[in-house]
Amino acid sequence: MTALLFYILSALALLTTLLCLTRPNPVHALLYLMQALFAVALLYYLLGAPLLAAWQVILYAGAIMVLFLFVIMLLEPASAAKNAAAKRFRWIPPAMIGSLLLACGGILVGMDPLKSGEIAGFWLSPRGFGQALFEHFGLAVEIVSLILLFAAVGAFHLARRHSANREDAS
Amino acid sequence: MMVPLGHVVTLAGLLFTAGLLGVLLRRNLIMILIGVEIMLNAAGIVLVGASAYWRHPAGQLFALLLMPVAAAEVTVALALVIYLKRSRGTLDVNRFDGMKG
Repeated sequence: MTALLFYILSALALLTTLLCLTRPNPVHALLYLMQALFAVALLYYLLGAPLLAAWQVILYAGAIMVLFLFVIMLLEPASAAKNAAAKRFRWIPPAMIGSLLLACGGILVGMDPLKSGEIAGFWLSPRGFGQALFEHFGLAVEIVSLILLFAAVGAFHLARRHSANREDAS
Repeated sequence: MMVPLGHVVTLAGLLFTAGLLGVLLRRNLIMILIGVEIMLNAAGIVLVGASAYWRHPAGQLFALLLMPVAAAEVTVALALVIYLKRSRGTLDVNRFDGMKG
């Protein structure tokens, strides 16, 4: 049962990735990429990483994809609103993929890994995850937080408008 | 582990190849960044699969550390995208040939 779910989710992840990479419109590509990331999150859950699956949805499919959407809306509002009424039934393929993903997620969550043994032979609870992380990799957490801080400063510097002080900047 | 490790690695390899082809073949800068995201996700699948195979939490911890690194990369890259769009007025990478020999 879990092996079947693994192959279904793998096929869905590959299908949505290929659809994402072949879309001409970046917004459509981004929405397919969100479905691919959701499929990967379910694969994480299947492979015994429930906390990682939750963070995949929150961080990747939530924060990073919304950042992409912000930038696309900021830079190319024309392509975002282009040919909105071109095809009537193009919502059907993503809706089918989304409902399949939801069904797989429902089956996975309903399996109750703690009672029926383990899903994939290995199950790292959030408590064990946190203990392993802060016992052995506390320094790595600090370094990653510093990387995020540097990235935020660099992004702020790059995206600032230079029109006010163009003379002394050049 | 019910799914063999080879199948997990194969899936990650296929996803990585798809992302790499997207990076190499698409000419829109945002689509290239999406390809990079797909490649990072494929790396995460390998890490979590290896963690389940050896029953050791280190793989999952590295997959966790992969996420903030990807977020930092996307932050800087999207700021560069905004900068390039403002200074050059386009996102087509074929137009950025200022260092062509």
